[in-house]
Amino acid sequence: MISGAEIMVKCLEAEGVDVVFGYPGATICPFYDKIYDSDIRHILVRQEQNAAHMASGYSRCSGRPGVCVATSGPGATNLITGIATAYTDSIPLIAITGQVRSELLGRDVFQEADITGACEPFVKHSYIVKKTADLPRVFKEAFYIASTGRKGPVLIDIPMDIQENEIESFEYPESVNIIGYKPNTKGHTMQVRRAVEAIRNSKRPVIVSGGGVLLSGVKPKFRKFAEKTQIPVISTMMGIGVMPSEHELYLGMLGTHGKTVANRALHDADLVIVCGARLGDRAVASPHQMSENTLVIHIDIDPAEIGKNVKTEIPIVGDMKNVMNMLLDTIGDYVVPNQWQETVKTWKKDFFRNPPVFDGFVEPRTLVAHLSSMLRSKAILVADVGQNQIWCANNFRIRDGRFLTTGGMGTMGYSIPAAVGAKFARPTRDVVVVCGDGSFQMSMNELATIKGNDLAIKIIIMRNHRLGMVRELQDKNYNCRHSATVLQGDPDFLKIAEAYGIDHAEANSNEEAESILKGVVKSDKPFILVCNVYPDTPSI
Amino acid sequence: MQYTLSILVENQAGVLSKISGLFSRRGFNIDSLAVGVTNDPGVSRITIVANGDEYVIEQLEKQLNKVIPVIKVKRLNDGDFISRELILIKVHCAASKRSEIIKTAEIMQAKIVDVAQSCVTVEYCETASRVETLIDLLRPYGIREIVRTGTVAIDKGTAAVSV
Repeated sequence: MISGAEIMVKCLEAEGVDVVFGYPGATICPFYDKIYDSDIRHILVRQEQNAAHMASGYSRCSGRPGVCVATSGPGATNLITGIATAYTDSIPLIAITGQVRSELLGRDVFQEADITGACEPFVKHSYIVKKTADLPRVFKEAFYIASTGRKGPVLIDIPMDIQENEIESFEYPESVNIIGYKPNTKGHTMQVRRAVEAIRNSKRPVIVSGGGVLLSGVKPKFRKFAEKTQIPVISTMMGIGVMPSEHELYLGMLGTHGKTVANRALHDADLVIVCGARLGDRAVASPHQMSENTLVIHIDIDPAEIGKNVKTEIPIVGDMKNVMNMLLDTIGDYVVPNQWQETVKTWKKDFFRNPPVFDGFVEPRTLVAHLSSMLRSKAILVADVGQNQIWCANNFRIRDGRFLTTGGMGTMGYSIPAAVGAKFARPTRDVVVVCGDGSFQMSMNELATIKGNDLAIKIIIMRNHRLGMVRELQDKNYNCRHSATVLQGDPDFLKIAEAYGIDHAEANSNEEAESILKGVVKSDKPFILVCNVYPDTPSI
Repeated sequence: MQYTLSILVENQAGVLSKISGLFSRRGFNIDSLAVGVTNDPGVSRITIVANGDEYVIEQLEKQLNKVIPVIKVKRLNDGDFISRELILIKVHCAASKRSEIIKTAEIMQAKIVDVAQSCVTVEYCETASRVETLIDLLRPYGIREIVRTGTVAIDKGTAAVSV
């Protein structure tokens, strides 16, 4: 005989899960009792939301679904922000929640919450398990759904009695058969042919790379295509890292907080090839950003994204990997006309400027720009949300590593837990967090998780005593009335670091910050650097 | 523009809330919704009549297709399908007006299914627009209560929405 809880652990083992992030509670205790005996590492977080962010960071760096676990009621509801964040950025996640006993469901007992109902808008799919014997099928389906098609979080809610009940034996299904879920991954040949035709006829084409390129693991082929055709590449926030920042074809991030050269190229292009991006309102705020005669080719795994935000002439539904192969096979010897190449190169030079330096402060944009050269080429930079996110998105010179941030949901407090997940997925890589003093305080409780697991994560706090991005908004739109954007009563972050037993330093100039960082970035211990930033430093 | 969608779904808990939630979440309006099991007991069919422009309908179809237990979504083409709605109307009916109401029902081919001292109940199964006509005709007598099933629809000829 085998219990539901044992089956849950065996399912995770069968899926090759090596680490889960979670927080126990009464209704998930049967599972916790069994995972205690397993080789799967359980990482105890300090708040459940961070477990979901860790699973997300883990997933983005490992390419496999991340797993987070919480108890019923408040444990489960705390997960929601993390689940919603993963959903918006199409990150595969398995969220496992304990639930009150089946016979008590709906009676508002202690720590009962309708978590499948509450998560409905934020999950790709969810299950509430009614029979122990269903567990293997549910887990198999959940992992399959999370990691195929347009990836996303799947929630499995498991009442306590289902975890306790025993069945004869455990057998993990070899395949799934979900009648209503057959994602189309192969691009339509005819549409690809039309796309190639349009590319060959274009004079001023531009490629927009989105998170989908990274999710489908097609980065090398994508670069090959850009290099072969010499088409300039701009990226959405989620697509940063598809091209090395200093690649001659790469123009930077587009959108309201993006690079002028990227937006200019998008505006002047006669053909835009959108690859695995949904082009949200921050990317293309208004149709005027593109000229009316611009032809759009949109390649995406999710048919619902095509034509949703931008009028599309040539839609291609499919996995970027397959479609990119087809494009490479059929594009022939097309190369972008010289004139366009030259124009774009000139812009790139014209629009570059060094940010001004304020004495006694760290210039965050310059620091981020210099950061990459101190790190190994595959380093992972995790940016939080706010001005720090824009500073990083526009200035970090990514090479072969990853840039992690929450593009769609913009969840403050993401960076520290996501970095924890990233470090578990890629223990040998440099992992650096850049956050603000606001976002740091949203998840600084996870310093305990970092310390407790000896994770060599370097945290750079850009301290300006402000919620800088909102303050900027107030300067622009609300007559400089700084309502609730000045941080008062903040603790001494160096003492916080000390209390957690984490090495730390403070910097008041770029020279100081860089010399400190050079000494610690490659060490095998965590480190916190507090950079004092001039409060009026703009985002862009 | 009004349109009719036929949706086949796996017959499992929560499907209806997933679908109705999708409508409210994305700001789509539903005129009517009817659901029932098909010849396959594992599959239910939902008929939704809704309003929107082409962009809204296309988005709606695509979003519905993304719901995992949704097996198939089909937009029924105008004029190519049969649609029916069942309605029960309880109408005030003084003895002096009874024959008049019965006559109206007869003309519309509706049935009187219950008669009491001061009211009659009329049953009618027709297209939504005929149903509206009957309601209009009966309104002057005073309607006490109306219950409608929402429209169900099926393709004409051999076309079918099947798994």
